[in-house]
Amino acid sequence: MNSQSSRYITEYQSLDVELPGQNLSWLTQLRKDSLARFSEQGFPSSNAEEWRYTNFSAIEKKLFIPSSKKDIPEINNAALASYRLEGCYSLVLLNGRFVAELSELSDMPEDVQLCSMAQALQQFPDEVAEYFGKTVANEDHGFIHFNTAWFTDGWFLKVPENTVLDKPIQILNVVSENELMAATRNLLIVEQNAQVEIVESYFGLDADTYLTESINEVFIGQNARVNLAKLQNETDKAFHFGGTYVKQERDAFFYHESFSFGAQIARNEIHTDLGQGSECHLNGLYLGAKRQIVDNHTRINHREPNAISRETYKGILNQRSRGVFQGRVIVYEDAQKTDSEMNNCNLLLSDDAEADAKPQLEIYADDVKCAHGVTVGQLDEKSIFYLQTRNIDPETARNMLTFAFANEMVEKISLEDLHTQVLDLLLLRFPQIGIRKEWM
Amino acid sequence: MLKIENLHVSVDDKPILKGINLEVNAGEVHAIMGPNGSGKSTLSHILAGKPGYTVTEGSIQYQGKDLLAMEPELRSREGVFLAFQYPVEIPGVSNIYLLKAALNAIRKHQGLDEVDAMDFLEIVKQKTALVEMKQEFLYRSVNQGFSGGEKKRNEILQMAVMEPKLCVLDETDSGLDIDALKVVSHGVNSLRSADRSFVLITHYQRLLDYIKPDFVHVLSDGKIAKSGGPELALELEEKGYSWVEEQAA
Repeated sequence: MNSQSSRYITEYQSLDVELPGQNLSWLTQLRKDSLARFSEQGFPSSNAEEWRYTNFSAIEKKLFIPSSKKDIPEINNAALASYRLEGCYSLVLLNGRFVAELSELSDMPEDVQLCSMAQALQQFPDEVAEYFGKTVANEDHGFIHFNTAWFTDGWFLKVPENTVLDKPIQILNVVSENELMAATRNLLIVEQNAQVEIVESYFGLDADTYLTESINEVFIGQNARVNLAKLQNETDKAFHFGGTYVKQERDAFFYHESFSFGAQIARNEIHTDLGQGSECHLNGLYLGAKRQIVDNHTRINHREPNAISRETYKGILNQRSRGVFQGRVIVYEDAQKTDSEMNNCNLLLSDDAEADAKPQLEIYADDVKCAHGVTVGQLDEKSIFYLQTRNIDPETARNMLTFAFANEMVEKISLEDLHTQVLDLLLLRFPQIGIRKEWM
Repeated sequence: MLKIENLHVSVDDKPILKGINLEVNAGEVHAIMGPNGSGKSTLSHILAGKPGYTVTEGSIQYQGKDLLAMEPELRSREGVFLAFQYPVEIPGVSNIYLLKAALNAIRKHQGLDEVDAMDFLEIVKQKTALVEMKQEFLYRSVNQGFSGGEKKRNEILQMAVMEPKLCVLDETDSGLDIDALKVVSHGVNSLRSADRSFVLITHYQRLLDYIKPDFVHVLSDGKIAKSGGPELALELEEKGYSWVEEQAA
């Protein structure tokens, strides 16, 4: 047993926490196996290559516990309202548990199944069983096992074939209590020719120190489309692990945008398996200030021919913060005519900030087009001078260029209300760069 | 308007300009020609205040003020405009925003209120027509993905909006095809006025077919080797720079 994780294991044994699906033997077994793996591994340590830049040992020193089922706390409704996106269905997970009263799921087309994971495990456990754990079967680290062993709820969405959902869905993850662990497990199944747009938002509300641990398993059927945006704006003292593991069938389209602004340590993982002719776009913007660490880990598996992948991650790192980008693209032997591009650009605003960029290309096929590029640097002096010759003072020029660097990712957001929200948060997160409303 | 006296400039202790004397009065158009490496671009950079150069001797007076003591943004607010040989691409900053920010900075400097949004659009509409630019370019990032000709036209657009008093055009003709050259020249010509001066820095005589200078100066090895009227450019075209260099030697 890993000595550091033992505390979680012993303390959790005495917890009186209701976990969903305890009547399902397959799940109970899976939880048990995962717990055993977690006992061996604990939370990922920076000894492991894939975690070398990010040390989560602070979690071990604390004890984050799941919320019990009984009490739905009073929360600041005005703050919650400010996190909501207009024109969306909403599913609210408060402290890792679904709250129907705060969610807005009415008028959902009848054949679309959207509910909490707890409900799904109760009402259609066989459907859950068909997909649960499949995309993370080969993922082997403590967060995955911890999540499987202890998830308290989550969401389940199945969009049947040929269905295009009329409105986006916002999954609003909120934590309102300190020392809490919100471990959620989510399943997204989009059948062939179906389309859906989802925004996952993560906010802390009346809480500062907590742990978010969220895992999405995503299945995109033939010729189906999924747009998934993630806005991670946890509080400054929170810990965040969020992983999305995707299986794309033939000609499936996956568009992911990640905005990672909050948390003292955040790890965002996206892994996708590309079927023949499928396409994935991974865009990311991460901000670091103070002593924040934000770690982005992506893996794109080109398993079959003719698939396209495009990835652009940009980071702005200030003060003593650290940004990590580990982007791995694997082109398997059968994946001829693969077309892949990966880019990571980092802007360092202080001498003490650090960017660790590690793009990895592994190519086993011979007829492929793959490119990758990484930059780590400061603002371009030539651009600052150019703006000065256009009447702009150097400080404003620097701020404008910093904003412009971020805005390249922000302006891609198609959902208007999310666009506004992300810009507003950028303004709050980076007051030192003096972003002005008129630049937006 | 502009008085350069005995200007010596070095880069990394290497002398580039070695005693330039030049006087530009209001309304005049001066062409500065010269072979590669003669110091033409350095002169334009010094006027705009680009960092990295050391003035070892001499002075530049602009409207009676010490230009060299002014920060680049102050020079531009006071009316000195540099059209870049290689305009910088600025992803994420829209052209129209830059124009507005530039215009408002001048207005603030002059003690005026910010430009009204409707008035601004009207100004920009007129000026884009002047350089035959499509309106959609305004909403694109500054120079990003623009062709060589589009970038140069964009420089002239900025100049037209900022309405400077002293316009320094650094090899604006380089890389332009004949149609773009005509558009750019038309833009410049229509901005000519009795209280606005131009310094055209160019390698080729071709630009001067379209923008008629009052004076032509030949720069050679960091000094003005010869000055004359428009006919000097034609003579240079015929005899080459070596003719002036030999005379100067």
